[in-house]
Amino acid sequence: MRDEALTAIAGADTLDALKQVRIDHVGDRSPLALANREIGALPPQARKDAGQRVGQARGAINQALAAKTAEVEAAEEERALVTESVDVTLPWDVQPVGARHPITTLSEHIADIFVAMGWEIAEGPEVEAEWLNFDALNLGPDHPARTMQDTFWVTPERAAMVLRTHTSPVQARTMLTRQPPIYIACPGRVFRTDELDATHSPVFHQVEGLAIDEGLSMGHLKGTLDHFARAIYGDGMTTRFRPSYFPFTEPSAEMDLLCYVCHNEPDAVADCRTCKGEGWVEWGGCGVVNPRVLIACGVDPERYSGFAFGIGIDRTITSRYDIADLRDLFDGDIRFTQPFGVEL
Amino acid sequence: MKVPVTWLRELVQLPDDVTTEQLAARLTQFDLKLEEIISSGISGPLVVGRVLSIVKEPQKNGKTINWCRVDVGPEHNDADGARGIVCGAHNFVEGDLVVVSLPGTVLPALGFEITARKTYGHVSDGMICSSAELGLAGDASGIIVLDADSAAPGDDAIALLGLGDEILDLEVNPDRAYALSLRGVGRDTALAYGLEFADPADIEVTGAGEGYPVTVLDPDACPVFAARAVTGFDPSRPTPAWMAQRIEQAGMRSISLAVDITNYVMLEIGHPIHGFDLSSLQGPIVVRRANEGEKLATLDGVVRTLSTDDTVVTDDRGPISLAGVMGGAETELSSTTTDILIEAAHWKAPMIARTARRHNLPSEASKRYERGVDPELPARATQRVANLLAELGGGTIEDGLTVVGSATPRPSVGMTIGLPSRVTGVDIDAADVVEALERNGCDVALDHESLTATPPSWRFDLNDPNDLVEEVLRVVGYDQVPSILPTAPAGRGLTVAQKLRRRVGTVLAGDGLVEVKTFPFAGQADFDRLGLPADDVRRRQVLLENPLSAEEPGMTTMLLTGLLKSLALNIGRGHADVHITETGRVFLPRPDAAEAPIYGVDRRPTDDEIAAFAAALPDQPHHVGLVMSGERVRTGWAGPGRQATWGDAIAIVQHLAEELHVEIEVQPAQVMPWHPGRCAAIVLNGATIGHAGELHPRVLKAYGLPARVAAAEVDLDALIDASPEIGPRPDFSSFPVAKEDLALIVDDSVAAASVHQALAAASPLIESVRLFDVYSGDQVPDGKKSLAFALRLRAPDRTLTDADIKSAREAAVSAAGSLGATLRA
Ligand SMILES: [Zn+2]
Repeated sequence: MRDEALTAIAGADTLDALKQVRIDHVGDRSPLALANREIGALPPQARKDAGQRVGQARGAINQALAAKTAEVEAAEEERALVTESVDVTLPWDVQPVGARHPITTLSEHIADIFVAMGWEIAEGPEVEAEWLNFDALNLGPDHPARTMQDTFWVTPERAAMVLRTHTSPVQARTMLTRQPPIYIACPGRVFRTDELDATHSPVFHQVEGLAIDEGLSMGHLKGTLDHFARAIYGDGMTTRFRPSYFPFTEPSAEMDLLCYVCHNEPDAVADCRTCKGEGWVEWGGCGVVNPRVLIACGVDPERYSGFAFGIGIDRTITSRYDIADLRDLFDGDIRFTQPFGVEL
Repeated sequence: MKVPVTWLRELVQLPDDVTTEQLAARLTQFDLKLEEIISSGISGPLVVGRVLSIVKEPQKNGKTINWCRVDVGPEHNDADGARGIVCGAHNFVEGDLVVVSLPGTVLPALGFEITARKTYGHVSDGMICSSAELGLAGDASGIIVLDADSAAPGDDAIALLGLGDEILDLEVNPDRAYALSLRGVGRDTALAYGLEFADPADIEVTGAGEGYPVTVLDPDACPVFAARAVTGFDPSRPTPAWMAQRIEQAGMRSISLAVDITNYVMLEIGHPIHGFDLSSLQGPIVVRRANEGEKLATLDGVVRTLSTDDTVVTDDRGPISLAGVMGGAETELSSTTTDILIEAAHWKAPMIARTARRHNLPSEASKRYERGVDPELPARATQRVANLLAELGGGTIEDGLTVVGSATPRPSVGMTIGLPSRVTGVDIDAADVVEALERNGCDVALDHESLTATPPSWRFDLNDPNDLVEEVLRVVGYDQVPSILPTAPAGRGLTVAQKLRRRVGTVLAGDGLVEVKTFPFAGQADFDRLGLPADDVRRRQVLLENPLSAEEPGMTTMLLTGLLKSLALNIGRGHADVHITETGRVFLPRPDAAEAPIYGVDRRPTDDEIAAFAAALPDQPHHVGLVMSGERVRTGWAGPGRQATWGDAIAIVQHLAEELHVEIEVQPAQVMPWHPGRCAAIVLNGATIGHAGELHPRVLKAYGLPARVAAAEVDLDALIDASPEIGPRPDFSSFPVAKEDLALIVDDSVAAASVHQALAAASPLIESVRLFDVYSGDQVPDGKKSLAFALRLRAPDRTLTDADIKSAREAAVSAAGSLGATLRA
């Protein structure tokens, strides 16, 4: 009986065949089951012996069945996995891929650098009062710099509103509504009446910073900008100052950034395209806040001093990514934005 | 400002080993930024030659060439004392002095190096040069013939013609008006190198007695007016070459000796000068405001209509000069002028700026007046011009000198001696502070800690203590500023709105949208394309006085104006599936807006005054907009895709609202530019904050777009304002769920969302409601549709009984019934 069953198990190579073997050899009507039932009729001495033998046979058969079942299952799974194989190199590109504009992500990156220093991010309107865009910043009605900045004026001219020419009115607004210490960065969209071409745009983006506190000097301005340069371009970066003129700062400086490609290293600088062999690239303007601006904005210049700086976001992008045509940033071709993903 | 280096070196004794590049770099450190170094680029043996003989040789092509023997000096001559040169020009004769470029000379105007070459049967051993070939202004048709005896054969013509000069083109910032002259640049050069400076404006003014009669009726515009006459000037005298050269190197044109002298003195000391033909003047000079509508023919030949804002120089006939901007034609210096009245007047900057702008007449003179001219110079400037007219033109300086008015001294500026150190962060000794200011021309008095500086007459930029600090730092060096990172107080991080706008950006990108940045300019043509009704409030724009384009005269009121242009551009460039988004401000004028106020700057405006800005400025909310064209799920090997539809636009808006934890309602709406049957109003607390759906086919046609473009535009500020500080608390039961399906028949006009809302609110046991099928057709009556909902029922505290389930189901059916819904049989 037992050998017969074991032979049948060995011969079954599907789960269905094994099921039949189970019914035939250990089922209710199997010879083993019948034998078991007949054990009751045997004399007690023989009963024990017979019971033992039937039990052993059943155990051996069940063990064999379990082993064979596992074997067959594994084989069937193996076969199924083979038949279900696919070409995983087929493209699964059914979902459109979104992306964020680098002006947005760079502005956020810069904001994060300043927030990490404890600064805050301030914002303001783009159609701005003339007084806040010019007068409060020491650009009086006859100031030569006021004609230098070619301004979009809102109709009618007596409405005394402009499209802000810089984000500096946000600084004025902050000083007008808060007491120092003030440490703010102002990223935003600004406007000048330049015709759009490869290197000019009537709409562009900048980030300006303002710090007003007791005891701030131009040295703190330099320290902040050096840190900013390192946070964006990595260790070893630095800035340098050249004298310049801005009405809202005095003294004022142009700020150059160590060339982030050649680092002004003697063997690399001569052939560097980014800085054109200068070793430095122009990065923005800065200076010590003119006390006249503090007075107009309600900050006591005897007690407080401060510094301000501004850099162009669009130009930082075109220079860093070697984008020859500024118009690429604004015409909305999805191929421009897509490579940037959601973070820079 | 273009500064010939040889001229500058005449004023400042710079060491010979300072190169022009080094000089430029040093001046940049002193706020005179180099734009470029201009040089002729000519090198090699360019020499003076004397034409010894000319043989005219007619050629087969009809031309006649000259075979010349030219003496180019012993150093360069052949063994027989000359060189042979072929020349095609004919404007010279034997004995003339010419300029010869010998083999090896590089002339950038020609673009090659001169070599000996065989031509017309001779070896031409060099070239006789024209002005054009040397890059010089002047008559280009013939070769240059030098004045007899002005040089000798073999002399270096590069030096003679000033072709070796380098010119610094410097950017002069508006606060450094004095640097628009050799005098100013020379002073800063001396400062930069610690050298002595001989001021070219130190001119002894001679003369006594009454000069030409002058009355100034407008002293506000003209605080000082000086005049000086020179008679017997010889108008036939040429301008000496050195002067003409300097004038042209400085970027002006050499015109005639008298005019050149006035321009030369302006370049030299920075004071503009006007010369009148004395014989053409009629009666005394009067300086006054112009009368409205008065006419003046200026020397550019234009008749100008004047206004009372213009100041004019007049004589008995009326205006003869537009003060400080341009002279009149009737009294200008001509080729026959022998008697000259030299005018050097101090005109005030704002008046000149306005007049020059109104008449669109920027000039070398107005440029200097606008920024500020040294008011101590008028009498000295007339003297300098008179001296040159006498010296170079044989004129006689008349004794009389007119000087009306006088310069107001510059007010002194006080500061504490420690201020430069405090402001710059550089330790600067008191002695260095004083010396730096003195070298800038200030009179300095130091009393203990307190310093008083009286700026020189040419420094209009020194008014405040910090102005003095800048001058001190310029001398100390900007490179001395230390790098110290300040410690800001602990900040509060980004504001809630800033964080949420970032979140919105990330959600939109995650939903497959590409962010674009468009210009916020628009015009009525844009609103026409969008099909907005004539009285639509969105047509009311903030307009600009000076827009770049007449089609876009103002600010946009919707992001869709820019987004649809970008979409059309993308599709025009061959992209089929374009899903783009923009977040930015739109500009909504206030109907009753006041003008924005202008205040003084000597104090902070009051809170009320500050509030007036907000009342005047237009509303500028942030919007979020999106447009989607083509496939939202792309067709490919795995199966067919799916077009972006009205539903995608709504779903993205709903996704944004969910991410901001804001509950919005979607209601049917009919608003352009959307399809009237496929437009949803996005409603927040009863107020419509935007729309989403499919665009109207007419709009797509107007933009040349393919069919079925989905679009949405929503007031993002409204969504963000409604976003709660913290999101909803998780609240769920672990008792078993019961599922019930309901198929309801409703009128076509009933919005699915309203049925959904009714079901969700029908019983507290209804955990969620989901619409899983919409059917209309044979199985339901005309004008009706079947909506199938799956309900999930659950109690927070127990397993539901059959009775619970039954009553919840009945409550749901009854709630739907209030909208006319019946159970589908
Ligand atoms: Zn470089």
